[in-house]
Amino acid sequence: MTIVYDDRGDEATAEIPMRRIRFTINGAKKVAEVEPRLLLSHLIRRGLGLTGTHMGCDTTNCGACTVLVDGKAVKSCTMLAVQVDGHEIETVEGLATASELHPLQEGFKEEHGLQCGFCTPGMMMAAKALLDANPDPTEEEVRWALSGNLCRCTGYQNIVKSVLWAAQKLRSESG
Amino acid sequence: MYPSRFRYEAPRSLAEAIGLLADGGGEAKVLAGGQSLVPLMKLRFATPELLVDINNVPGLDYHREDADGTLRIGALCRHADLERSDLLPGKQPTMAAAAPLIADPIVRNRGTLVGSLCHADPQGDWASVMVALGGSVVAEGRNGRRSIPVADFVTGPFENVLDPDEIAVEAVVPPHRGTPAGGYLKLERRVGDFATVGVAVAVETSAGTVTRAGIALTGVGGSTIACTEAGGALTGQPLTAEVIEAAGDLAAQAARPRTDHRGSAEYKRHMVRTFVIRLLSRTGPAAGEQAAAGQAGQGPAAERAA
Repeated sequence: MTIVYDDRGDEATAEIPMRRIRFTINGAKKVAEVEPRLLLSHLIRRGLGLTGTHMGCDTTNCGACTVLVDGKAVKSCTMLAVQVDGHEIETVEGLATASELHPLQEGFKEEHGLQCGFCTPGMMMAAKALLDANPDPTEEEVRWALSGNLCRCTGYQNIVKSVLWAAQKLRSESG
Repeated sequence: MYPSRFRYEAPRSLAEAIGLLADGGGEAKVLAGGQSLVPLMKLRFATPELLVDINNVPGLDYHREDADGTLRIGALCRHADLERSDLLPGKQPTMAAAAPLIADPIVRNRGTLVGSLCHADPQGDWASVMVALGGSVVAEGRNGRRSIPVADFVTGPFENVLDPDEIAVEAVVPPHRGTPAGGYLKLERRVGDFATVGVAVAVETSAGTVTRAGIALTGVGGSTIACTEAGGALTGQPLTAEVIEAAGDLAAQAARPRTDHRGSAEYKRHMVRTFVIRLLSRTGPAAGEQAAAGQAGQGPAAERAA
């Protein structure tokens, strides 16, 4: 991806240390040329135009930028883009198919799991990591799994209900 | 926020990583979990010229127990690996209690115990746990390997004794000689916050008598505080109410808390005493017990089960 810098005519500007990385995002293989200091969140939002991943606090607190790397939830503002070389990323855009919402998205809709919606993509990705590992979580387990994701609107009640709704739906689909 | 510009290398072997660090001449930093380093770089508090990412170095993501009971935690063993480990419950009650209390679940997927020790944040939970357990760090550099007790490893806030070409490759917990007991209690305002007060207690008992005791404190001083006097007061004694209270008093005296937005110095000192007494009053291994002070429910234990 292209980043444009001011040309100060100095050596530092002339020698931007670019690296080529290959990765998979939502099932699609990609190759990119990135500067090592580019954050994963910026690669996703600016490089790939996938703006479903939100930047909230930018300080590893809020979890709005949560994506899955090799199936594990990570805060994409706290990982370098170069680090996903050879790895697989899932973002909120990977949840729905062309015709159908993912049960998590349906759950948030059915149970009113969002108000402003800013934290929602991060909540969904953290919840997906939970449900992939534990298809039948208790309410307490859902609350703990989402304890790295902040929501300033809902008071979390409906978010927890949404995830439990999705868990039930996923179980009924697979069973 | 972007970090300042740096060169990035992702070596495929430890030897290569050490060579890169040596060439970096003190301006290089090791990237493991990155959950402290990357935020610091974004804030420009850390501005390394070279970042040596060790995540592609094979064979560092282990934690295992030797035949003699020594526990070894590799540089790429994540907090989440320890949280879900079968090796800790019962055998390592202090570590088992601490693992689910590190940061938040998403940070625990990336962050590492060894990295946390190297980062040497005075608020770090693992440093207290490892000091209480008498643990050490194994460092490897151009001149080979050396072992450094965690108590000597950290020299001040965000400072450790590693030479520029050295990588902390593993943390080591020595084998227990008696029955291990203890735990870690952390008072935090919310998940992911730094500890208002953290107390690590690791005791070993044999025939009703304490054979070894380690107590260390988080968040109540400029760095991790080893309560050697409190530990000494326990050694050779049965865990009676009087002995336990005396240890609580000595630990509270060793604390150097400061009044801040998390609480008054007086409150923090009081909580040190309360936590030490609470941890010592438990009989038998405390593994799997809910350790989070002020947190409802069976969260960490439930999550570990997940």
